[in-house]
Amino acid sequence: MSEDRSTSNKGSLHSLWRMRSYLRPYIGQMTVMGIAALVTVGAELAIPLVSQRVIDGPLADGDSSGLWWLGGLALLLGVLEAVFGFVRRWVQSFCMLDMETAIRNDLYAHLQRLPVAYHDRAQTGQLVTRATSDITTIRRFLGFGLIFLVVNVTLFTVVTIYLLRLYWPLGLLVVLSAVPVAYFTLIFEREYIVASRRCQDLQGDVATVVEEAAVGIRIVKALGRRRTIGGRFLHESRQLRRASLVKVRILAKFWAILDLVPQVLLALVLLIGALAVAAGDLTLGSLVAFVSLVVLLAWPIEALGWILAIGQESATAADRLYEVFDTEPMIADRPGAHDLGAARGLLRFEGVGFRFPGADRDVLHGIDLTVEPGETVAIVGATGSGKTALTALVPRLYDVSSGRITLDGTDIRDVTLTSLRRAVATAFEDPTLFSASARENLTLGRLDATDAEIAEAISVAQADFVYDLPWGLATRIGEQGLSLSGGQRQRLALARAVLGRPSVLVLDDPLSALDIHTEGLVEEALRRVLAATTALVVAHRPSTVLLADRVALLEGGTITAVGTHHELLDRVPAYRQILSAESDSDEVLAGGRR
Amino acid sequence: MTTQVPDVGAYDREWRGVSAEDAEQISTAGGVFLRERSRRLLADLARPHKRSLWLVAVAVVLQNAAGMAGPYLVSVGIDRGIPEMAAGEGPRTLLLVFAVFMACAIAQGGLRWMFFLISGRIGQAMLFQLRRRVFTHLQGLSLSFHEKYTSGRVISRLTSDVETIGELLDESLDELVMAVLSIVSIGVILLVLDAPLALVVLLSFPLLILLFRWFRKHSALSYRRTRETIALLIVQFAESLGGIRAVQAFRREPRNQEIFESVNGDYKLANRRAWKLIAWFEPGIILLGNLTIGAVLLYGGFRVLDGELEVGVLVAFLLYLRRFFAPMEDLSVLYNAFQAATAALEKLSGVLEEVPSVPPPAQPRPLPRPSGAVGFDDVRFGYRSDSPVLPRLSLSIPAGQTVALVGATGAGKSTLARLLARFYDPVEGSVNVDGIDLRALADDDLRRAVVMVTQESFLFSGTVAANIALGRPSASRAEIEDAARAIGADEFIRALPEGYDTDVRRRGGRLSAGQRQLVAFARAFLADPAVLVLDEATSSLDVPSERLVQRALRTILTDRTAVIIAHRLSTVEIADRVLVMSDGRIVEDGSPADLIGDAGAFADLHQAWRDSLI
Repeated sequence: MSEDRSTSNKGSLHSLWRMRSYLRPYIGQMTVMGIAALVTVGAELAIPLVSQRVIDGPLADGDSSGLWWLGGLALLLGVLEAVFGFVRRWVQSFCMLDMETAIRNDLYAHLQRLPVAYHDRAQTGQLVTRATSDITTIRRFLGFGLIFLVVNVTLFTVVTIYLLRLYWPLGLLVVLSAVPVAYFTLIFEREYIVASRRCQDLQGDVATVVEEAAVGIRIVKALGRRRTIGGRFLHESRQLRRASLVKVRILAKFWAILDLVPQVLLALVLLIGALAVAAGDLTLGSLVAFVSLVVLLAWPIEALGWILAIGQESATAADRLYEVFDTEPMIADRPGAHDLGAARGLLRFEGVGFRFPGADRDVLHGIDLTVEPGETVAIVGATGSGKTALTALVPRLYDVSSGRITLDGTDIRDVTLTSLRRAVATAFEDPTLFSASARENLTLGRLDATDAEIAEAISVAQADFVYDLPWGLATRIGEQGLSLSGGQRQRLALARAVLGRPSVLVLDDPLSALDIHTEGLVEEALRRVLAATTALVVAHRPSTVLLADRVALLEGGTITAVGTHHELLDRVPAYRQILSAESDSDEVLAGGRR
Repeated sequence: MTTQVPDVGAYDREWRGVSAEDAEQISTAGGVFLRERSRRLLADLARPHKRSLWLVAVAVVLQNAAGMAGPYLVSVGIDRGIPEMAAGEGPRTLLLVFAVFMACAIAQGGLRWMFFLISGRIGQAMLFQLRRRVFTHLQGLSLSFHEKYTSGRVISRLTSDVETIGELLDESLDELVMAVLSIVSIGVILLVLDAPLALVVLLSFPLLILLFRWFRKHSALSYRRTRETIALLIVQFAESLGGIRAVQAFRREPRNQEIFESVNGDYKLANRRAWKLIAWFEPGIILLGNLTIGAVLLYGGFRVLDGELEVGVLVAFLLYLRRFFAPMEDLSVLYNAFQAATAALEKLSGVLEEVPSVPPPAQPRPLPRPSGAVGFDDVRFGYRSDSPVLPRLSLSIPAGQTVALVGATGAGKSTLARLLARFYDPVEGSVNVDGIDLRALADDDLRRAVVMVTQESFLFSGTVAANIALGRPSASRAEIEDAARAIGADEFIRALPEGYDTDVRRRGGRLSAGQRQLVAFARAFLADPAVLVLDEATSSLDVPSERLVQRALRTILTDRTAVIIAHRLSTVEIADRVLVMSDGRIVEDGSPADLIGDAGAFADLHQAWRDSLI
């Protein structure tokens, strides 16, 4: 479902490599962890060697002081292993979790910066899995896999060098054993990277279905479509299971091979070594030492399989993260953007055209409209004529594709986003509420709003019901304001917009869900606000249109007429058709039935 | 089962379902109950795979047997093969040893391959089953549950929690089999070899058990906390990005960032707490093992020096001891994964235990051809027990009648509609269709009988056609287009870039609110129910669209019952009957013409509405 799913080994490793900037603050701790891991592994390997020495030395010679010495050494090594194991984990619990948290904070910050156009296309589930399991996977590799990769390679190298010096022909054999390992690793990486990416994408898809099913639960219930949605979920889950099994198969093969290699190596070392001993090229003692060291090598080789697997997974996870990070916020402050300051509210559209990113035709074109300071202009148009798109351009939720919009004579792209959005407030047709207190839902970004301002906004929007909530303004409103009716939510959204008297108000059909009585009260209060505020009001009803000083008729993506309600009603048949309450317009009906 | 944990009953209610989700500090008995419940779920999921699990265990044992042959073969090769060669008898034994060695290696690799395949298949099947069960169950739960249990929580249960269990299943379970096996068998061997030395080893046992118990107790708490904080994190993440328009338009980004960093910080702290426990626990196990080995080495060494013990026995003892403690370390890692998974299982089993407050009937009554007569008999209902919304409502709507419900905000219109769609069940009394209580209808029959369209028309991402087809998944393309045409949505849909195949994107974001309502209408029309409930379903439509819908409704509603809630009284024009509601009661009831003629509430409303039109 996401746009680009091509995966290449090189690209993914590059993404992982880019993650290093997150590691930089923790280089010191990483080093400590690496050293601690080395000490741990070293001690672990040394303990049996000491035991061996005890048996060959003091016990054979009857030397009790030597026994004390070596026994003490074994105990010391045992304590060292545990202490350094503790140190590694303890340090890890600080820096790696800090790193994980930092990546997640950055991801969230970046997502908040990305424009609405991005979020229209993004699947919430895909974003959630990026923020959770993908980041965790990366942390697991950087904080654990990477360290043991270094430790294991070090161990392998050290032991191999030692073996080469002990008896080079056998040592060479050990070196050569790296060839099949490398060969199978390459094959594995090529297959696994695709499988890993696919699993991660499918996890996101599963999450997406879950999210939609949860948010849309009432529709599912209202239509009795449990089975349909369940079927979708099962389909994605089945895909995920299938993809995971592909991963399992690749891993099983690879891990089995990595198990096999050291065993075969051991058999070969034994055979060739024994022949060498028989030929007198090698002492028996050296062969025994050789064999026991080769046994030691089994673990690093086997562990390689696991480390490489999470390495690949974190590489594709990093890919998925950088797909988000590399998306430039198209709507951002221009260099040299200045603060808008206190706006008078002269809003002007100059030859504005707009098309949705990636679309092949314009939603709006050639829009010229001036809204004088304090003036209210209603936008009227048929469903799908581009009204909502027009309103979204003013606070720069989308940017114009051509022409420009000016506020007090300045292109709105030349002022800072913050100051623009402080000056322009919008009441959306979908009154989105968040799981937070009613008060917080009203203020949203304006944390400095005073109680008086809040009270005023509530009274304008006739949203006094908030005082009657169980804990008044402090009441937590459920997810999406589920516990509020549509009319209540719309009034809250309106109160949110008028709060703090913005210079420009954009109201998208603000009264649609209100009953006649409430609508009348809100209109009356709103009129007072609109008297002093520049406003664009999308209107579907004559009653809403009457809030405005002038009306602009939007047809086919452009403004075809501007005037007062009555002027247009008299002059423009199209306007009459759209707004006239009389249901005698059979031509409209006939048109619709075509 | 209950006899094992006699005090479960007392905690049954308290910890039932998701009520324990926020409780981090849980009493011991409550904790026992939650763990029992999680373990039952895990056992339930594993049950169908019993035979495969045995196969896995056998594979693990065989594989380890093959692995054990290695050291023995090495000794044979050195002790016998080399002397043979030296004696000039040729490399026969040596080659034999090599051949057997290779065979063992290949058997080991093959068995390991088989083990990974089978255990992977079992793990994935269990995860799939778990996902399916939780999802299906959640979808079956009533709206009252979903209103409290936010979608972010649902996501976190079905992603993060399930993945945590996946991690346990990924942890090589072979280690568990081997650990148990080798700890028992080697324990016996040690005792047989030398009892006093074995006693030294046994001394470490109480400490090991204490350590495990300490870890279990504390990690259970911190993993619970981890699950809870990740859920909060996902809630904040999904919800704020879902409402990104409002966030950006009202400059809430800094505040959101603050909240997110705070929950992210909580999650970090919860994780850190768990990690710190591991930092003590895992090295603790290692330390105990190493100290024991050291002690055995010293004690055994001195006994050898005193001549009480043979060197060979000590050597064997030390070798076995390593094989004894190594799996113990693996076990500690596994145990950690198990603890994390248990916390997730606690949450999931809690969800699975929730009972729908609108339960499906045990013995459904069939309603194959509903005619659409609706009855409310002495219905009492309130969202909270202290404030009834409908104190006592009786209403009878004959089949085929179109009823308009009007009244001020909060009069109970939507509540009545929701009861009719069985989003909730009445506290007292009954709602029935064709004389059959809604509670006795199976879901399929209920939805064939009643469908509701609300003002928030949620669209799923996918094509327009797919969204309409949700009304009746079996509908053909032609039927879908007919439905859209009937409702007047055909025109705008065809004007979209790819017509009916246009992706409406997340939440239908590509369409305007009015267009979404039209799609929702077409969907309900396609569903073709006997009773259609419209709750403010035309609020976002412009006048021409609404007129089209009204016009369409006239034909659509001729042969079905309809309950229409609308603030715009234009709807009333098509109604046979108007009910005016106030404070949960029906205060006026009659034909539109009669009511306008009276000097009642409806006449006032109607006048106000007429005034608003110009």
